[in-house]
Amino acid sequence: MENFEGFEKVRQGAEARIYVGKYLGKLTLVKERFEKKYRHPDLDASLTKDRIKAEIRAIMRCKIAGIPTPAIYLVDLERRSIFMEYIKGLTVKEYVEKSEAEFSEIRVDGRGNLNNMLHQLGLRIGHIVARMHCSNIIHGDLTSSNILICPGNCDGGSELEEFGIDELMVTIRDSLCRSPSNQDYKLVIIDFGLGKTDSSAEDKGVDLYVLERALLSTHPKVAPKTLFPAIMKGYTDKCGKSAPEVIAKLDEIRMRGRKRTMVG
Amino acid sequence: MVIAIGFEGSANKLGIGIIRDGEVLSNCRRTYITPPGEGFLPRATAEHHRNNILEVLREALDVSGVKPKDIDVICYTKGPGMGSPLVTVAVVARTVAKLWNKPIVGVNHCIGHIEMGRLITKCHNPTVLYVSGGNTQVIAYSNQKYRIFGETIDIAVGNCLDRFARVLKLSNDPSPGYNIEQLAKKGKTYITLPYAVKGMDVSFSGLLSYIEEHAASLLSSGKCQPEDLCYSLQETVFAMLVEITEERAMAHCGSSEVLLVGGVGCNERLQEMMGIMCSERGAKLYATDERFCIDNGAMIAQAGLEMFRSGTTTSWENTTITQRYRTDDVLVTWRSP
Repeated sequence: MENFEGFEKVRQGAEARIYVGKYLGKLTLVKERFEKKYRHPDLDASLTKDRIKAEIRAIMRCKIAGIPTPAIYLVDLERRSIFMEYIKGLTVKEYVEKSEAEFSEIRVDGRGNLNNMLHQLGLRIGHIVARMHCSNIIHGDLTSSNILICPGNCDGGSELEEFGIDELMVTIRDSLCRSPSNQDYKLVIIDFGLGKTDSSAEDKGVDLYVLERALLSTHPKVAPKTLFPAIMKGYTDKCGKSAPEVIAKLDEIRMRGRKRTMVG
Repeated sequence: MVIAIGFEGSANKLGIGIIRDGEVLSNCRRTYITPPGEGFLPRATAEHHRNNILEVLREALDVSGVKPKDIDVICYTKGPGMGSPLVTVAVVARTVAKLWNKPIVGVNHCIGHIEMGRLITKCHNPTVLYVSGGNTQVIAYSNQKYRIFGETIDIAVGNCLDRFARVLKLSNDPSPGYNIEQLAKKGKTYITLPYAVKGMDVSFSGLLSYIEEHAASLLSSGKCQPEDLCYSLQETVFAMLVEITEERAMAHCGSSEVLLVGGVGCNERLQEMMGIMCSERGAKLYATDERFCIDNGAMIAQAGLEMFRSGTTTSWENTTITQRYRTDDVLVTWRSP
């Protein structure tokens, strides 16, 4: 990123470094999939290329299906980078964790509110996953960190301003609590590096299984009873007649893990 | 002072080891080795264990210098593993428990690997990659359970390597994986193979089918040598393992230690790759050598000793075996929550 002035590294994940800055006057997030030294260089190069391609393909398909995803500004395979729209919001993971912390201070009816709110959120997540699957888009790595939640006007604007997380929390929670059909906030799906197009119930089932496992380990308190059941309800409601087949597959995939013979 | 004896025979290794408060007094082992191109079948493996177990027991006692009367607890592998070999070893463990009048503990084999790794390397709270012929799991401890973050959704990585060795008719002595590792050191050409990471999980069956189908034509056309295939296979499957360890479990748990256990864990290339990943993240890799990585009796003694010290024993009617026994089924009573 040396040649791009004004870009600042904001985060380093396991797979990519994230920079934020201005590109063509727009606030832009750059995702650079850096080289992995432990991998054979050929394998590393082909994996990186494949994942960048998978990511932009899946994002394009989402755009066609009307599913909110960041806009792509530039793809630079040489620099192993995607330049995309900067989205102001929280990850579902951050949001759920913060809500849990805040609500734990409030007593009985606080719990009820938390559950209700997470139920609404789960329904919405279920809807959006169903819409992806109806368009045969498989995300490949659904987790609560890969879904952003942001107010309706989440356009990043042109300046990287310091926005208060607390303020954002309040805005989002207000719209979540107000009414189930509220559209004041939206969910944006990110990180499609393991994405692909597939119409099989198997791949859709695995997609849900990955999400379930990720939620259970990230949010052990609320995922089993509240969040994931709501997601499945939202999914079933929206998916129509293909839902039973995918859910049957999901059950089968769960059994594979639990019952597999493991020798030595 | 607690002395435990451990009996292991869930697969083709038969091991008996004695541990005194974390000190390994003896760790004796025999391996059932099949001809090239063949795997080990349950009946023949059980026969091997039956023929050798009394000799190994005598050796374990002699090497340790411990008398049966000094032993506090008998530990044996309850599962997971192959049925007949497990039964064979359990029968002997139950018999000596009666003969010597000692309490008995049934141990989960996977937990044995983890506890042995922790004992030998002295790491505190690692993310564990457990890789062997029958298991491929990324594990982290939380709230009295060893929880599985990622695993194979079909065959284990060791199984994939073993079966690939059969395609090339490599020797099973001392182990197919070891011979692949030695050949891979001479490999130069990297062949692209299917790479399958699904979220937190990995899959090896597609890769194995691919190589089984194409190995003959790749070799006969002169595109590559057996060494290159070994090299490419290792590079591919190990990259998958490092990726799920790093991106999933470590990032998730904020962990800065990785512990490598199981038979495949003594592969030096895997250790090297995991080491590079760790140093890039500022984490530390802990690994052991073949004495403790590969199935052995001491690991069962160590896990059993921890269970025994925390007040867990197995009642006589429950001293059975099971072929399927999940790592996360065991309540870890010996670690703080």
